[in-house]
Amino acid sequence: MFSLYPKSLHRSRVRMGGRWCVVAVATTMLLCGCTREKRKFSGGEPNSNAAVSSVRLIDLQPGGAQPVSHVDNPFEHNAYATSEGKRLYSSYNCASCHAHGGGDIGPALMDDKWIYGASPENIYASIMEGRPNGMPSFRGHLTEDQAWKIVAYVRSMSAQVPQGVAPNRSDEMKSSPAENSKKKENPAPAAPPTSGEQPQ
Amino acid sequence: MVFALSLALCHALKAQAQPNPARPPDADWPIAAKDDSNMRYSTLNQITADNVHSLQVAWTFGTGVNRGHEGAPIVVGSTMYIITPYPNYLYALDLKQSGQIKWRFEPKPDAASQGEACCDHVARGCAYDDGKVYINTLDGQTIAVDAESGHEVWRTKLGDIHIGETITMAPIVIDGKVIVGNSGSQLGVRGWIAALDGKTGKVVWRAYNTGPDSDCLIGPDFHPYYADDKGKDLGVTTWPGEQWKIGGATVWGWISYDPQLHLLFHGTGDPASWNSEVRKGPNKWSSGIFARDPDTGQAKWFYQYTVHDLYGHDGINESIVVDLVLKPGEPKQKVLLHADRNGYLYVLNRETGQVISANPFVRITAYKGVDLKTGHIQFNPDKKPEVGKTIRDIAPAAPGGKDWQPSAFSPRTGYMYLPHQTLSMDFEEIPVNYIAGTPYVGADAKFYPDPQEPGDGSMGAFTAWDPVAGKAVWNIKERFPVWCGTVATAGDVVFYGTMDAWFKAVDARSGKVLWKFKVDSGIVGQPITYLGPDGKQYVAILSGVGGWPGSVVSNDLDPDDPVSDHGFGGAMRDLPKYTAKGGALYVFALP
Repeated sequence: MFSLYPKSLHRSRVRMGGRWCVVAVATTMLLCGCTREKRKFSGGEPNSNAAVSSVRLIDLQPGGAQPVSHVDNPFEHNAYATSEGKRLYSSYNCASCHAHGGGDIGPALMDDKWIYGASPENIYASIMEGRPNGMPSFRGHLTEDQAWKIVAYVRSMSAQVPQGVAPNRSDEMKSSPAENSKKKENPAPAAPPTSGEQPQ
Repeated sequence: MVFALSLALCHALKAQAQPNPARPPDADWPIAAKDDSNMRYSTLNQITADNVHSLQVAWTFGTGVNRGHEGAPIVVGSTMYIITPYPNYLYALDLKQSGQIKWRFEPKPDAASQGEACCDHVARGCAYDDGKVYINTLDGQTIAVDAESGHEVWRTKLGDIHIGETITMAPIVIDGKVIVGNSGSQLGVRGWIAALDGKTGKVVWRAYNTGPDSDCLIGPDFHPYYADDKGKDLGVTTWPGEQWKIGGATVWGWISYDPQLHLLFHGTGDPASWNSEVRKGPNKWSSGIFARDPDTGQAKWFYQYTVHDLYGHDGINESIVVDLVLKPGEPKQKVLLHADRNGYLYVLNRETGQVISANPFVRITAYKGVDLKTGHIQFNPDKKPEVGKTIRDIAPAAPGGKDWQPSAFSPRTGYMYLPHQTLSMDFEEIPVNYIAGTPYVGADAKFYPDPQEPGDGSMGAFTAWDPVAGKAVWNIKERFPVWCGTVATAGDVVFYGTMDAWFKAVDARSGKVLWKFKVDSGIVGQPITYLGPDGKQYVAILSGVGGWPGSVVSNDLDPDDPVSDHGFGGAMRDLPKYTAKGGALYVFALP
């Protein structure tokens, strides 16, 4: 497994005489590298039942604030899964409603406005359950694995995932800036509903 | 006794709602296009080029809705009716009391329909006939509402949002039949036009615009002018496989009617999807015009403006019914005037469907002309889209040289008045999947101001066009697409509005802007003029930015993604600097 790294690096480490040092450095690099680049062909997504049961749209709760997000989506640390999410985002016509993040029939996904929540489980719920003002439910169309990959990709559009994980190119003509060069947005929960009625 | 009294009262109230025969001609404005000709010309002449500078606000009314207000108010007697975008409120306003609400009808369309409408949640108008106001809802219903009481008379479900069908067009009433068509080419629906019995809401006939002749109501009466449109079941055979079942060709635009010929004329939308490789062939009967018998729906003739439409240049724009002397000394000819999305202004013989002339009214790179012998539009092979290849500078862009925004014709000047846009685009076809109820687009597009004509960054134009000479007379440039209808008057004043929220009066002959007024929000509506109960001429317009180009504001899109909003996002980047959303009616009068 050390073949992943340049031989000169190992030699220099060995010459330094610190065998433990080599192991520590290599392990650290391996851990980071592996998570980002690892390809798992099944599994790896969060437990959707747990995610759904813990989902909270807002932090306002009687008795004091409760954090909105509990779920870590492992795909958000994985470049392959996020790229897969991008491919699925086009294949399942997410792109024809939300464009490449700027929005169309549906709202923009690369800005800081999140009507139904910006946390992974909120977005997962939006995709799977649908939302009343026009977002269709994709439950049955997508596997849980696919949905969580799309969640990772959607969050990459506003730089909510590590830069090294976000896709950096598209198959289509250049549109919005590459996901890995997007400005990080601070998602705002107090966004208006999409219904056309005033007051919003 | 009480019953008899209330019955009598009821009758009296009903009588009030009828157009008053004592009212002078053009006092009312009973359908979105004013009358069946779609001329949008009013003989009212109190407001003239000489006095329009003193026009001022008479009253205003907030609609309570934020999306694009593309509708026309209508006026019958002393009542004005307004249909709003989703949730499609229908208001009756009392013109004797500065627009005091008489009643509000809430049709409660399915909220999910908001996710099925391609280009904002618009409603382009309602229609009055025989004591009822007819409206369409975004979720595909046609509803008759009692004009006096605001009570529902009947409702008929015509479209299904689960396959992407919505209704956004303004209905028209011909001999007691309400004529309606669907929207949703962008979602791969199958286009149709239907006639409903105005008394009961029962569907009298429904004609599809793709599929077998029996579905398209094409029978022995069908006599198209050009050879390409003759043959059996062309609505099937000009498509690969069963692609016609999701082939678009909707009827979301304008319908006109000639009572002498007893023919209605309606355009058909673009073929689905924008990825043209999945639908090789001429794609009948998309991007063209049908003449039909309004009693039976049977087709009389058809002409296809854009054969195998590659750029979303659908044929739904208005066709104005007018009789014109085309050559000096010759008798008047029965023609249709039609400024198509593809950039050509057509003069058609409305008895036969023959193209008399087709002249470009904007810069065109996508085509090289229209062959008047065959009727064929000539494609420019350099601009043919391909999957995975970006084709640049396709003009006009997908919204066309002119979109749905209706033009007007003044018999006094002989000019057409065209509100339109000057856009070019980069376009790339991409692989496309059909999933019912989601968009079936298959292309990325980026629109931008036409780089050559005018080439100064402006995207909108308001043009007076001489249809006999086939050329522009004068032209006013605007920063944003002029996505608003227009009205021509016998006072030789023409009105239109802009997306940066100015309502303007223009000299019909010279094109000089005589008066303008800044309103609440960008204008994408249709101006009307009518005679108030006090005998004064009024001009009314809805403001409230939105529609396809206005979605950047009305749906809070992020223009950093230029392909957002089906390609309009980047072009409309600056719109939020000029206008915010919000619907309001403005009514103007002389002091």
